[in-house]
Amino acid sequence: MTFLIQQTLLYAVPLMIVALAGVFAERSGVINLALEGIMIFGAFTGVFFVNVVQQAGWFAAAKDNGNWIALQGFEVLAILVAALCGAIFSLLLAFAAINLKADQTISGTALNLLAPALVLFLIRILANQSTLYMAEGDAASWFMIKKSTLGFDRNADIGILGEIFINKVYLATYLCILVFIILAILLYKTRFGLRLRSCGENPQAADSLGINVYKMRYAGTIISGALAGMGGFVYALTTANCSANGDVAGFGFLALAVMIFGNWKPGNIAGAALLFGLFKCIAASYASIDINGDGVYMLAQIGLSSNFYRMLPYLITMVVLAFTSKKSRAPKAEGVPYDKGQR
Amino acid sequence: MKEKLARFYAKDGTKTVLSSVLSIIIGMVVGSIIILLVGISNKSLGFSSVGEGIQLVFGGLFSTGRNAAGSLTFGFNSTNFGNMLFRATPLILTGLSVAIAYKTGLFNIGAPGQYLMGTAATLFVALKIPTTSSTLYENGGVPAPLVWLLAFLAGMLAGALWGAIPGLVKAYLNINEVLACIMCNWIAANLVTWIFEGSSLCNTIESGKTGYIYKTSYNGVATAKLGLDKIFSGSQVNGGILVAIILAILVYILMDKTTMGYQLKACGSNRHSARYAGIADKRNIVLSMALAGALAGAGASLYYLAGNTEFFWSTYQSLPDAGFNGIPVALLASCNPIGVVFTGCFMSMLDICGLQLTNLTAYNEYITDVIIAVIVYLSAFALLIRMLLTSKKSSGHEENANADSDDSGNATAGKTAGADPEKDKNTASAVNAKGGEAL
Repeated sequence: MTFLIQQTLLYAVPLMIVALAGVFAERSGVINLALEGIMIFGAFTGVFFVNVVQQAGWFAAAKDNGNWIALQGFEVLAILVAALCGAIFSLLLAFAAINLKADQTISGTALNLLAPALVLFLIRILANQSTLYMAEGDAASWFMIKKSTLGFDRNADIGILGEIFINKVYLATYLCILVFIILAILLYKTRFGLRLRSCGENPQAADSLGINVYKMRYAGTIISGALAGMGGFVYALTTANCSANGDVAGFGFLALAVMIFGNWKPGNIAGAALLFGLFKCIAASYASIDINGDGVYMLAQIGLSSNFYRMLPYLITMVVLAFTSKKSRAPKAEGVPYDKGQR
Repeated sequence: MKEKLARFYAKDGTKTVLSSVLSIIIGMVVGSIIILLVGISNKSLGFSSVGEGIQLVFGGLFSTGRNAAGSLTFGFNSTNFGNMLFRATPLILTGLSVAIAYKTGLFNIGAPGQYLMGTAATLFVALKIPTTSSTLYENGGVPAPLVWLLAFLAGMLAGALWGAIPGLVKAYLNINEVLACIMCNWIAANLVTWIFEGSSLCNTIESGKTGYIYKTSYNGVATAKLGLDKIFSGSQVNGGILVAIILAILVYILMDKTTMGYQLKACGSNRHSARYAGIADKRNIVLSMALAGALAGAGASLYYLAGNTEFFWSTYQSLPDAGFNGIPVALLASCNPIGVVFTGCFMSMLDICGLQLTNLTAYNEYITDVIIAVIVYLSAFALLIRMLLTSKKSSGHEENANADSDDSGNATAGKTAGADPEKDKNTASAVNAKGGEAL
């Protein structure tokens, strides 16, 4: 049970944050199909930062002394770097979509092609192999919060909630949830959020009230890029042992599905992300899931092929979309370049 | 003469080609700049490798390796040319797949999935029916060319069925085709792995090939070479390239010369007004995606029926590049079926350049993917590039303009002004149509 909840959270949190990235872009009127590419880029830059800093030896002393607060600070720094690089990368999309009024689907696809190509090219040259790892140690020994890091004994009883939420977890997970809540409030309860959303619904009306549509769309896309970059690194850190290989297993696209399933609303998205996280978790580790702790691995005993479980998240997406798409309401002006002269 | 040139320049087609060429050049320059930056910042690569890298990006097709002194040599390389045509075959067909969908207003990002399904169906038929010249079965009785044809058709059919799924959900359930295609891609990737996992088609004869399916030549099935291997000695080229070109011409005829093509395109430009004109819009959306899928499936068939290609069956983690590369191939050709043949060859040429780069220098083939991505990025605002070309032209045109052309200019200006409101309405309804759709 503990394992199931923790694994689900590991998959759900990147999905959630990247789906919110999609919301920010689309609410401002730009379709961000490049989420996958930005995630790949963010994952690479974050891991590269960790690698370089480790080689420089800045946190070596903290690691030796077991100064876990410094190490968590290192993790947060890496997340910030990934977010920054994601934001910079998303400028390519913003420039094409907003200034040049380009086809947003195509420019998004271009970024999806560009990110893995660039990342693999650089990794090949930097590491002489196709995956970039941390320079030393692994994610668990450097960044994971365990009982021992918090000063508990390895066998201490910290209760079921403690086992789930503070043993073998990453700070990044909680940071993402916090950012998610703050940004959801920003989007719905502040003047900035209202203005941003108005640009995705009726940019002409927004402009007539003195809102700079271009600026707002840039803001939406850049926030979107930062969130996607962050999500990409968090995914690499928590599920891929802090390594980058130019691939995030279609999470960016799944996040798009989560966003549509969640009807472009943060609350629904959080729920949808948890559902998808659960299915992803089942797909990844169905054979070792022991739901009620009696030593019976139910899903493995059914005897279905692992291919079926891996297919499940995508099948569910299709089915769910089939039921919800009639009701779903996308921002009205998304994907339409803003032209001042048009009424 | 000057006037003729000017008229030639003013043609839409010329501008389209020019803007594509411009995109290609910019893409290759960006690739060279990246090589330069990496070469300078990385001490182990050095400056001389930068020069070699850039040479290979532009002229990799003509590369003939290194001479005794260690410097690159260039010349006609029949192996490279033949392999370029061989690799172009699937690219042309996936390019056609994306192009035909794009012309009907759909973005077919599902080509990789359709390609995979086509691969699976083709290999099944080509390897399961015993032929007279089979090494897998004792007493086969079916002539190999017939099996080849059946396998090819099976590939197209599987691709068509897989392509029809996004079309169906788009037409009847209003699910965005991009999303449906992406989901179908990953479902196909897992499905194909599932189909082949533990099947009797996995290669158990050659050692170290257990991850692969038998080559179709084991069952005596292989595309005829048609003498092309004599022209391009040492390469993998076969008659498949000719089939691809014929299909491209057929697509051109279908789209530009038939009622069906007209109806498809009408649905693409405005689904609602097409319905108003009595065209079955839903049926056409499904049809268009099915056609696109069939073409992608055909690409897979031709690639794997070559007899010397192997399919790595445990494919659930990655999608075939040939599918995705159909997108740049189509966009670079402005979705013109005939143009796709040339851009397909160009893309496979970049592929060859990448291989030469990996083999001969410290750089690797991914730089060509970067170049392709830049080209796609530029083709997203191809319209802008075309406009730039036009404005440069018109400023040059004014110098030798006479009263006549001025008049006609005014007339067209008046016409466009008159047509404007209607166009506005069209775009407005298009916007509404978009707004109602998910994503």
